Amino acid sequence: MVSLEITEEFIEIRNLQYYRGPRMIFDRLSISIPQGKVVAIMGPSGSGKTTLLRLLSGQLKPDSGEIVVNGYHIPSLDRATLFEVRKTMGMLFQSGALFTDLTVFENVAFPLRIHTDLSDDMIRDLVLMKLQSVGLRGATQLMPNELSGGMARRVALARAIALDPAIIMYDEPFTGLDPIAMGVIVQLIRTLNEAFAMTTIVVSHNIQETADIADYIYVVSDGKVIGSGTPASLLDDPSPRVQQFLQGMPDGPVPFHYPAEDYREDLFKNGG
Amino acid sequence: MLRRLRQIGQASLVILATLGRAGVIWAQSLWTKPDLSNSAPLVIQQIYQIGVLSVVITVLSGFSIGAVLALQGYTQLVRYGSESALGLGVAMVLVMEIGPVVSALLFAGRAGSAMTAEIGLMKATEQLASMEMIGVDSLHRIVAPRLWAGFISMPILALMFSVVGIWGASLVGVDWLGVYEGAFWSVMQEGVDFNNHVLKGIVKTFVFGLVVTWIAVFEGYDTVPTSEGIASATTKTVVYSSVAILVLDFFLTLVMFGF
Amino acid sequence: MQMRTVEISVGAFMLAGIFSLIVLAVKVSGFDVGAATNSYSIYTRFENIGGLAIRAKVSVAGVVVGKVAEIKLDQEDFTALVRIEMNASVDQLTSDTTAAILTEGLLGGKYIGLVLGADEELLEDGDEITDTQSALVLEELIGQFLLKAFDE
Repeated sequence: MVSLEITEEFIEIRNLQYYRGPRMIFDRLSISIPQGKVVAIMGPSGSGKTTLLRLLSGQLKPDSGEIVVNGYHIPSLDRATLFEVRKTMGMLFQSGALFTDLTVFENVAFPLRIHTDLSDDMIRDLVLMKLQSVGLRGATQLMPNELSGGMARRVALARAIALDPAIIMYDEPFTGLDPIAMGVIVQLIRTLNEAFAMTTIVVSHNIQETADIADYIYVVSDGKVIGSGTPASLLDDPSPRVQQFLQGMPDGPVPFHYPAEDYREDLFKNGG
Repeated sequence: MLRRLRQIGQASLVILATLGRAGVIWAQSLWTKPDLSNSAPLVIQQIYQIGVLSVVITVLSGFSIGAVLALQGYTQLVRYGSESALGLGVAMVLVMEIGPVVSALLFAGRAGSAMTAEIGLMKATEQLASMEMIGVDSLHRIVAPRLWAGFISMPILALMFSVVGIWGASLVGVDWLGVYEGAFWSVMQEGVDFNNHVLKGIVKTFVFGLVVTWIAVFEGYDTVPTSEGIASATTKTVVYSSVAILVLDFFLTLVMFGF
Repeated sequence: MQMRTVEISVGAFMLAGIFSLIVLAVKVSGFDVGAATNSYSIYTRFENIGGLAIRAKVSVAGVVVGKVAEIKLDQEDFTALVRIEMNASVDQLTSDTTAAILTEGLLGGKYIGLVLGADEELLEDGDEITDTQSALVLEELIGQFLLKAFDE
């Protein structure tokens, strides 16, 4: 493993098990995330990456295992403490999840109005600063339905960092964006991490963009970590499953065909 | 046979679990220290959405139903020469039964379905989740104001319905069909008792308001976050609310009017 | 500014609700607010009130002058004691006034009709009308009619 100085395990997931109905999503998953780094969690669609973020933020409760964020055991917190801890977390949802009945300005101001007693002037300044950092200071009076997908995500990002969280989580930040908007988001994630030393978790299946910004990558499939390392070291990972994912090969350990009976037999079954 | 039993058992478990979740949502949204300065604007906003915006449909329906009751009642009563009891009949029926029940059904169709769709959409677009992430309890912020607003709006709408209905009946009965105006009102005033009839009707509307908003909010909150999920949740709100209103009406009548 | 219109319309909505309640109370159920101060009570005793209800009207010469306020059974002689609230403006009832329970129309409600006598003395608050005529009960009428036919 290439040098990754682990100063402090800021986020620690140990032996996490989670079932959705009878279906197992995570099978004794263990991941640790050091403070101030950009850690990416990658994996094919349906591997439960978004679920992992929800478990981390306490929106879901695991069946067993430990989730420790900044010293708090998330699954055992009561609602009030959980909300306190969440103030130190920002999350960028895939859809942006802006409040559709509020303007861009009010969306970003929302966390400030709820959690602080700042004056309107102070809030205005803070909101403009956050919007400036995502390049949308001119869009304050627009409604969410007037924004493009990339812009909506940037506004949502400004809202997510409104309270200067210690941790920020990105759920599929690159999905469904044009190349320019994608480039903007990649750059923003990097700058925010560097400028504010936010511990950053990126959940994605876009290999190129994620490799560009991540310090460390976990590849998750079938509820387990199948490979981990820095972007460079991961490219040399001998595991065929990791290679299939990274190279985007259509067939391999993850089969192209959904399980079915023999093709010939199936075709001739009725035609016989 | 055994399979059938197991199916029934499983179905009742599902129903119990659903009721449980609905109860938890209800308790958690209302179980909080009252914070008037923050929640009052939200409740007012919701009263506007589900109360004020339902006024037109409620008033129009109330007027039509009052007018129809007068027409039908008149044709029956005039055969016995008792058309002076027209006002009494219409007022009794409106105040105790039709007013609360029909306005609650309209409320379920107009406001309940809208509430379910709105909350379902908020869930599907992750607005609820992002609110939770910001550290705001969506039960307190989204669900509780709607529950209160429904509880407050429903009786007001039903009262309007009854009053407009009686007015419609008086227009048809007195001004058109020529029932003597004095008898129309005085027989009504003699027969209708405020405590026994009007207040009991109002009690019904409070119950209906509570139940309809509860169902609407729960279906929205519990919806499968897809387009199909929202569509079916909206339908369920209207169906469940309507059945609940009619069944509850029977039992409330049974209990309050003492049979 | 938009919040303002919302607030105003919600205020109007609430007012409309209160207004409706008042209409139902006063216009529909005849809820008299100041009744107690402007009335006095007189009592009448009937052998049978036959469906007379509380708040039924009390009239003199067909003009409404009061209403039935209370009906209870006198446990000593098993007659119905009816308390009437008379409008204070009608204060010339003679002490030999008679009261009868009458029916309004064929299927109408029961009411009390008062007929004044010629006595010098006037009824005062709390007095009782002694000369009363009970309600006509259809079954009794038919019974009497049959009995009479049988006798002949």
